Amino acid sequence: MINYIFKRLLLSIVVLFGITLITFVIIHITPGGPTILQTQMNTKVSPDSVARLKALYDLDKPLHIQYIKWLKRFIKLDFGESFVDNSPVIKKIIERLPATLTLNILSLFFIFLIAIPIGIFSAVKQDSFYDKTFTTISFIGFSIPTFWLALLLMLLFGVYLQILPISGMRSPNAENFPFLLNLWDRIKHLILPVFVSAFGGIASISRYTRSSMLEVIRQDYIRVARAKGLSEKEVIFKHALKNALLPIITILGLSLPGLIGGGFIFETIFAWPGMGRLGYDSAMSFDYPVIMGVVTIGALLTLIGNLIADITYALVDPRIRYQ
Amino acid sequence: MTQGLGTSKESKKLKKIKKEKIMKDRTEGIWQIIWRRLKKNKFAIFGMVVIILLSIIAIVSPLISPYNPYEQNLTERLQPPSLKHLCGTDELGRDVFSRMLYGSRISLSVGLIAVLIATTIGIIVGSISGYFGGVVDNILMRFVDIMLSIPTLFLILMLIVFLGPSIFNVMLVIGLTAWTDLARLVRAEFLSLKNREYVLAAKAAGAGHFRIIFRHILPNALSPVFVSVIFGVAGAILLESSLSFLGLGVQPPTASWGNILTSGKDYIESAWWLSFFPGFAIFITVMSYNLLGEGLRDALDPRLIE
Repeated sequence: MINYIFKRLLLSIVVLFGITLITFVIIHITPGGPTILQTQMNTKVSPDSVARLKALYDLDKPLHIQYIKWLKRFIKLDFGESFVDNSPVIKKIIERLPATLTLNILSLFFIFLIAIPIGIFSAVKQDSFYDKTFTTISFIGFSIPTFWLALLLMLLFGVYLQILPISGMRSPNAENFPFLLNLWDRIKHLILPVFVSAFGGIASISRYTRSSMLEVIRQDYIRVARAKGLSEKEVIFKHALKNALLPIITILGLSLPGLIGGGFIFETIFAWPGMGRLGYDSAMSFDYPVIMGVVTIGALLTLIGNLIADITYALVDPRIRYQ
Repeated sequence: MTQGLGTSKESKKLKKIKKEKIMKDRTEGIWQIIWRRLKKNKFAIFGMVVIILLSIIAIVSPLISPYNPYEQNLTERLQPPSLKHLCGTDELGRDVFSRMLYGSRISLSVGLIAVLIATTIGIIVGSISGYFGGVVDNILMRFVDIMLSIPTLFLILMLIVFLGPSIFNVMLVIGLTAWTDLARLVRAEFLSLKNREYVLAAKAAGAGHFRIIFRHILPNALSPVFVSVIFGVAGAILLESSLSFLGLGVQPPTASWGNILTSGKDYIESAWWLSFFPGFAIFITVMSYNLLGEGLRDALDPRLIE
């Protein structure tokens, strides 16, 4: 088991290294860059001062030296300072992390709370009216553009019914509210973003649960469980469910990059001050250190998620460990 | 009672039908079989009909659009839908319906070309990885792992910003990031096919690696590729519209479904039609490709024999 974890850990480190290298190369070899943004508006800028600007950011050095320099600082968890406002990148990310984590953890929670029962129910009552209804809804979930769903909900709840706020994390004067009202204000601001980010996930996880469950209930040991006279409830929840949920653990790990990386679209729509929004803003202003920081932290969270999923899988399924 | 057994005359008839069916099966080619199976799935057919209609609309849009999509008419800004303007007008008084007709060209061409790029890369990487195995396979698959761990949308956003937003770059970037799933699929097919007898026979006959990969194995690995291409078009259309919505895709004044939605967000308090219609068009298009893809997957699945 320790061997297995060690192997997975080593692989994750290699992947993380690769991610930082690819990102670094992409942002440095492509034509756009911070000096262009700062100088193209002003024709009076001399080539001399462009060179000085590049020297200031170390952009005049060869690529591998820049990367090694970045790597050395990264090992000490130092991502450098933002080109835009000179504040430390790590501070910027830590400021934004709670907003992103709140959103992602809540939507993951709802995805599993809602998707798994739907999946089980659809599988047990295969081809029933409910199964077909859920299939249709999940098909809509796959095909609907997230940002359109967000716009429709904003139209319905924000503009017409006027019962939910359409942007931000809280109302401007929320600090002065009494505690409960303040909490309610926070929850109201969370409802639409969490719903939108969970919708696609519910669609796919419920489909995975359904097909996994369908496969399991055709196995011999389920027939044995039925044959020895167990109630249907016991067969489904005690014998089938455990095995059907195994692959879902992996899916959970795989869905993390989508949640973290897909975040910037609805973080932009809902003006949600999270990591996705920070990444979007930093890319728009060619803020290299912040881009590297956001990608690395995002990848780190994803890899940790995957690692936990793999280890959990190995813990509950002994077949994996002995491979 | 003899319910269900039927008379001898009926059973003779049944036998005859069965025999005819078997004869028909024998003379059918693979495409005929797929088509016969696909035809039974009414959702897939619905998807296919919508896709064909949309393609025709995209081609003839200059002929059928009621207004010039670029013509501004500031006296008719933000008009709600009416008989004169079927989907209303935008903040510059342009006819949204005409802009959507022209936008269909963008969505479909981005979808097709991006998928063409992704499929080419995916097939090449997947077949090399699966066929040669060993170190080559290891390196290529770790690279795929890395690509899969970078949040795709963020990678695309970064590439677009740094290359500059344009329709060409959108196609290129979606193509360059969307090949990983396909590479894995093709690799898996190659792993199971490369030790078959007919491959050994080809080797024994002296065929080179290139010929074995492309002439002998690949044609047999194509059916999952086919399904994944259809799903890929749906994914690429979604991505293009998201990018255009964020202002990183097709640049105004060129119309695309995504960038009409951008004005929809800006005028969400006053003009619902700007958010509703273009999004609905994206939704229907993406869903049609998904329905066709799902239908094809079932039709190509040898385990689901009727």
